[in-house]
Amino acid sequence: MKNIGYLLAAYAATWIIHIAYLGTIVGRYSRLRREIKPGQVVGR
Amino acid sequence: MKRAFPILGILTAILLIYALYQALVAAPTDQAQGDVYRIIYYHVPSAWTAFVLLFVNFGASVFYLIKRKPVADIVALVSAEVGVVFLTVNLVTGPIWARPVWGIWWTWDMRLTSTLVLWLIYVSYLFLRRFSSSGQTPLLAAALSVLGALCVPFVYFSIWFFRTQHPQPVIGGGGSIDPRMLHVLLINWLAFLCFAFLVCWSRYNLEVLQREVDHSQALESLMAPRGGAR
Amino acid sequence: MSAPTGITRATLFKDLRLEWRSKDAINSMLFFSLLVVVVFSFSFDPTAEESRQIAGGLIWVAFLFAAVVALNQTWAREIRNQVLDAYRVSPAPANSLFIAKTLGNFIFVAVLEALMTPLFIVFYRLRALGPVWQLILVAALGTWALVVNGTFFAAMSLRTRSREIMLPLLLFPISIPALLAMVQSTTAILNGEGAHFWIVLLVTYDLVFTTACLLLFETVLNAE
Repeated sequence: MKNIGYLLAAYAATWIIHIAYLGTIVGRYSRLRREIKPGQVVGR
Repeated sequence: MKRAFPILGILTAILLIYALYQALVAAPTDQAQGDVYRIIYYHVPSAWTAFVLLFVNFGASVFYLIKRKPVADIVALVSAEVGVVFLTVNLVTGPIWARPVWGIWWTWDMRLTSTLVLWLIYVSYLFLRRFSSSGQTPLLAAALSVLGALCVPFVYFSIWFFRTQHPQPVIGGGGSIDPRMLHVLLINWLAFLCFAFLVCWSRYNLEVLQREVDHSQALESLMAPRGGAR
Repeated sequence: MSAPTGITRATLFKDLRLEWRSKDAINSMLFFSLLVVVVFSFSFDPTAEESRQIAGGLIWVAFLFAAVVALNQTWAREIRNQVLDAYRVSPAPANSLFIAKTLGNFIFVAVLEALMTPLFIVFYRLRALGPVWQLILVAALGTWALVVNGTFFAAMSLRTRSREIMLPLLLFPISIPALLAMVQSTTAILNGEGAHFWIVLLVTYDLVFTTACLLLFETVLNAE
């Protein structure tokens, strides 16, 4: 039943998209953390 | 507040796994389509979650237009981004479902087309946010959000009538649904709502941090003595 | 209410006068209209029967092109002479400026459409089976829908990066319901069928978006 393949593809695609987006969040977050020099005060 | 996040994360993960089990195993098999129909348990809740998020975007934008609070602007940005992600999931799972059932990837059917137009509108919103100069972005984006929200009923109405005149197969089917299937659908929707909330929360924190860093850097460059401290 | 109307009229006539004096703009628009129709004719070479089915779509895509080109010009002049800042500082209500600009754009695009339509009729051997006045009504409503949003988004795109691409990028998605209505009603009228639903939709769309743009324009103009 190759239709199961489509079912799994749909579920996989869903999570790939979500993980990709979460990946961008994590990536930007770690880049920001690196940018903040040690001892530098951030914020108003 | 910080400790709540991992706890909620684990709870959400459990809920998602339970919902997945319900979708794949517990839900009854459809007579007409076989097991492929189970795509519905990811396809439809993604759309519903996106609608909730885009509604939040509209609310936050109106709030910003009235009160001009930066928090509202960040909520608007976050809800639009995550909303577009969920719309994308819906737009990708739709054709994957259509192919085995109808033999074609796309039909310009009522639901997929409306979702596509919605996706286009909110992606253009994200482009505006990216391309406008930062001082104006909150106000311009809020205005565009209002116009986009006003457009939504027109999108659905016009495409519905168009499809009534030129009928096509509807992906996801119309008509009544088995109550057991509805039950599983709602469970998955709840799970995705919780997941969306956590994603929005993370994105919100990232944005707050980003703005603080930008603010600090702007201040630093303003106050640096001539000749540069660095 | 005479002051805002006076300002609207003054701004409108100023714009029209400026366009009329710069013959370049008119000549290039004339040539542009012809080019668009010819290029489309090379792409599609239908029989008279087929052409009635697809002409609606083709014509409106051509009109959409023309509208974007016209709209992109609309604020360029203002930026060059810092007229926009003068508007913001003056006590004139922002709505007057918006209406004047929209009307000016509407007239501009309507002229382009009037130039392109006979060419389309000739090249595609079009003959309307339905009433022509309905076609004109649809043209007016549809053009207004494009122009009212387009003027608003053109003002929004003013200080964005890649200004020229931002306008169509913002305008097209939101215009889709109206575009669908324009195309479907034009096709229906050409084929002698009813277009009532689409016309009502266009009227509603125009009312809703004109109101919304009027209400929001002041905010957009004074952003930052």
